[in-house]
Amino acid sequence: MLIGKVVGSVVATRKDEKLSNLKLLVVQVHGHDNKPKDQYVVAVDSVQAGVDDMVLFATGSSARQTTQTDARPVDAVIMAVVDSWDLGGANVYEKWA
Amino acid sequence: MYLARVIGRMVATQRYPGLEGVALQLIQPLDESGAPMGDALVAAATVSTGPGDLVHWVDGREAALACPETYVPVDAAILGFVEQADVLGRDLAAPGNAWEQPRSAATEPH
Repeated sequence: MLIGKVVGSVVATRKDEKLSNLKLLVVQVHGHDNKPKDQYVVAVDSVQAGVDDMVLFATGSSARQTTQTDARPVDAVIMAVVDSWDLGGANVYEKWA
Repeated sequence: MYLARVIGRMVATQRYPGLEGVALQLIQPLDESGAPMGDALVAAATVSTGPGDLVHWVDGREAALACPETYVPVDAAILGFVEQADVLGRDLAAPGNAWEQPRSAATEPH
């Protein structure tokens, strides 16, 4: 899975009907050192993530392995909201800091 | 499947149902010479690995099959420790033969 920060949301009323009632969030990919990358994905939210949340998202066919995205044209799903992570014991990101 | 070095741990309590109890660890994939290959990523840790371990892992939707609940949105999973990996005449598991995270600059970009 990749780390990203939710930077916005997508509203699309005219779209493939298979995407109806799915929450679409814009996620900016972050490196493991928490540096933002120049890379964005639109991901389906499955854990009630919101803007400014640091999240973990799965891509590819794994993104269809949720009740909401089963058999739908989706290749990125947010599957966790990140609290913190460390690298070799050194804290890199802390949600409540 | 690929080789990787476990470089960190992640805490994420708000997660997709079915992923309870699944540890999340940051890994740096390694190539056949033991050098870093591509960007680090987060994998489900299905065995008791930890930072510093040389592991083998799987990506794609097969990764979900390594989790307790198999119908989960997981696209990378650590499968096990590597005790010995003879590649091109070198044992990558021997100390110093495969990349390790620099001790001091743990957050240095790779």
